[in-house]
Amino acid sequence: MTISALVFYLFATITVGSAVMVISSRNPVHSVLFLILAFFNSAGLFLLLGAEFLSMILVIVYVGAVAVLFLFVVMMLDVNFTELRQGFLQYLPVGGLIGLILLVELLLIVGSWTMIPDVGAFAAARAPDIAAVSNTDAIGRIMYTQYLLPFQGAGLILLVAMIGAIVLTLRHRPGVKRQVISAQVSRTMKTAVEVKKVQPGQGI
Amino acid sequence: MEIGLGHYLTVAAILFVIGVFGIFLNRKNVIIILMSIELMLLAVNLNLVAFSSFLGDLAGQIFALIILTVAAGEAAIGLAILVIYIRNRGSIAVEDINLMKG
Repeated sequence: MTISALVFYLFATITVGSAVMVISSRNPVHSVLFLILAFFNSAGLFLLLGAEFLSMILVIVYVGAVAVLFLFVVMMLDVNFTELRQGFLQYLPVGGLIGLILLVELLLIVGSWTMIPDVGAFAAARAPDIAAVSNTDAIGRIMYTQYLLPFQGAGLILLVAMIGAIVLTLRHRPGVKRQVISAQVSRTMKTAVEVKKVQPGQGI
Repeated sequence: MEIGLGHYLTVAAILFVIGVFGIFLNRKNVIIILMSIELMLLAVNLNLVAFSSFLGDLAGQIFALIILTVAAGEAAIGLAILVIYIRNRGSIAVEDINLMKG
């Protein structure tokens, strides 16, 4: 039991520490890399909680897609980040005050709140015995039956996001030379080659 | 040394507050603001999975999965808006965004 507690504290400490580095790092590329570290360690926390499917999905989706997208954008855009840092300390007092108040309130809630004894009886989707059915199997069994509509909705959200991102970033630049296959193929010898009679001694 | 629900909720609360704090701290840098939003969504996911695990209810993990989808879509759309904003104006100063009327 102490081993799992130690592992929990390790993952939790690294997650919180790298989250702090995300918001305070001077270089946005370092921020993205620390974000990846935070995602990996929270995937470890998910594993400790027994949600191994979500843990792997977190690594694939967040680290593999979202964080790499951030990295691409940060590295692709040529932005002067030092001038964006101005005013960093200006918002520190009010931001710190609001953050502190929020943290104290959340921790008070976590500390003072209790559950009713038979809370497990109200479960919307009772988790099966972990020895009989694995976590991935159990999620699959309810996701395609009981939660089919939210699942389809999530797919629609992804579709809308994909179309939106493509529509936003698509641009037609005028004056770009492109290959037109039909124009190439429809050329005949008459339009392509011109035969000139050259008089001797005169040139063209 | 027993790790209970409260421990996970505390970690999630700290992560969420770091996300809020990051939005206040980096008011000019949209990329860091987007990353802070990702951190906050991660904290919410941690809450949902912790409750799901300790109450023996799988519905929380389903909702965490859906939040993951929304987070991915939000990151894609946000970064696309950022790219066309920089293409048009040449900077990512957030104060100028209210000039984008119409």
